[in-house]
Amino acid sequence: MHAADRLRFRYYEHVSERKHPPMNIRGQACIAGIYEHPTRKAPDRSLAQLHAEVAAGALADAGLSFSDVDAYYCAGDAPGLGGMSMAEYMGLKLRHIDTTETGGSSYCIHVNHAATQIAAGKVDVALITLAGRPRSEGMATGTAPRVYDHNAPDVGFEAPYGPTVVNMYAMAAMRHMHEFGTTSEQLAWIKVAASTHAQYNEHAMLQNVVTVEDVVNSPMISDPLHRLDCCVISDGGGAVVMCKPEIAKSLGRPVVKYLGGGETIKHLDGGNVDLTYTGARHSGPPAFEEAGVSHADIKYASIYDSFTITVLETIEDLGFCEKGQGGKFVSDGNLISGVGKLPFNTDGGGLCNNHPANRGGMTKVLEAVRQVRGEAHPKVQVPNCDIALAHGTGGSIGTRMGSATVIIGAEDA
Amino acid sequence: MAQAEYIHPPINPESKEFWDATKQGKLLVARCPETGKHVWWPRKVSPFTGKSNMELVESKGEGVVYTYSVMRRTPSQYCIAYVTLDEGPTMMTNIVNCDLDTVKVGMRVKVTFEDLNDEAALPLFEPA
Repeated sequence: MHAADRLRFRYYEHVSERKHPPMNIRGQACIAGIYEHPTRKAPDRSLAQLHAEVAAGALADAGLSFSDVDAYYCAGDAPGLGGMSMAEYMGLKLRHIDTTETGGSSYCIHVNHAATQIAAGKVDVALITLAGRPRSEGMATGTAPRVYDHNAPDVGFEAPYGPTVVNMYAMAAMRHMHEFGTTSEQLAWIKVAASTHAQYNEHAMLQNVVTVEDVVNSPMISDPLHRLDCCVISDGGGAVVMCKPEIAKSLGRPVVKYLGGGETIKHLDGGNVDLTYTGARHSGPPAFEEAGVSHADIKYASIYDSFTITVLETIEDLGFCEKGQGGKFVSDGNLISGVGKLPFNTDGGGLCNNHPANRGGMTKVLEAVRQVRGEAHPKVQVPNCDIALAHGTGGSIGTRMGSATVIIGAEDA
Repeated sequence: MAQAEYIHPPINPESKEFWDATKQGKLLVARCPETGKHVWWPRKVSPFTGKSNMELVESKGEGVVYTYSVMRRTPSQYCIAYVTLDEGPTMMTNIVNCDLDTVKVGMRVKVTFEDLNDEAALPLFEPA
């Protein structure tokens, strides 16, 4: 077998098939505090201030303070070089730093990394922050091409063609429709479910319940994605505090256990392009395996929803239905809490609530924690939600993406 | 229709040979000499062997539309697409010189070049 083929084979293996399986850290780290900034437009705050405010909020939720933090996790949205400026701003005394940058999925990856470091005994209290103000800065997030780095090897072969966030996801949707017969109406059901939940979120940007007709009759942005297939552009942020189980149990808040996680980078593979699936195909199985749970055990799922197609492909790739059956799966309210089999994004998600810094991975974790704590809005709280999943997607499903899956549970899960 | 203005590709020591060829109306793709596999986008180091010996070979410049999307919210509507070359790899491009409402997945297309500056012409595709 050629060396590259051996590598590819390993990429697709499940954890249990690996010759030397990784250490299972199920239950060896906890989420002790969360905070979501109530702002959706913050012309009066600096970016650093938003990061510090969400950090302070999550620590207060946990009953901890800046001085308790010994590990800090942030991504490219944090101002300054890596985490240095924000560590200084907040006066953190650190023994561990992780600035893994995979776009919107970074914060789910940070949860996985923090859990690993806590389980290894290198970290007691980990702080993860996200914040941004693209709305105040007037950013045309979806429709303007952005060149992040002129040295990126792909830039010369892509940027001239006008790739934007929305037309890249649109190309994935177009191909999914071509191969599997997925329809705009099926995609619209994802927005309908999100809007049904958002009506109960006083902070959500879009609180009106929409219909399938509203979505497919909204203006076409980039075929086949309509305006209402797209997420909102918002300011704001969020933070998560993680710690050792013994610390979590001493804090007097509901204990939320880390059960398992997985992550990957999915890319164009040298021109072997397949836009009908996401990195969730590879990040999901190790998370389920580590957590020791099946799909039927997942009572609630936060699924990254930059666009409706992001949700549809991710649900397939995580294995909640067969590849190509996502359109059928999401239809008829199957994602609506109290109605369907897989309640998702009960805060309204990126599609209706917020998408701070154009990165939705953090808010996915926050709502999953609320569900496990039983602290979601009563109208959308899933009864006995002992096990929940959060999935982040960063970059673009039209080119290269970071994907991360996190499974969490209640104290007795 | 097409983009009113194209972002010019940043050219570096690794990509110069590719862009030089575009000025001669040639579309090159990278090929690993040991495995014979074609790769897009071009790179010098083989992802298969790790050796800095990837070579650029001329593509016939023909293929089929793998997927596409017409951007409707910009002043000048344009069609971004992935085209699967007959040599194998799939590349990002724009579809031009046709009614964009007639573009379809699976449509046969061939390369055409848009002159950008003294250093580069941009490979675009039009109906074959």
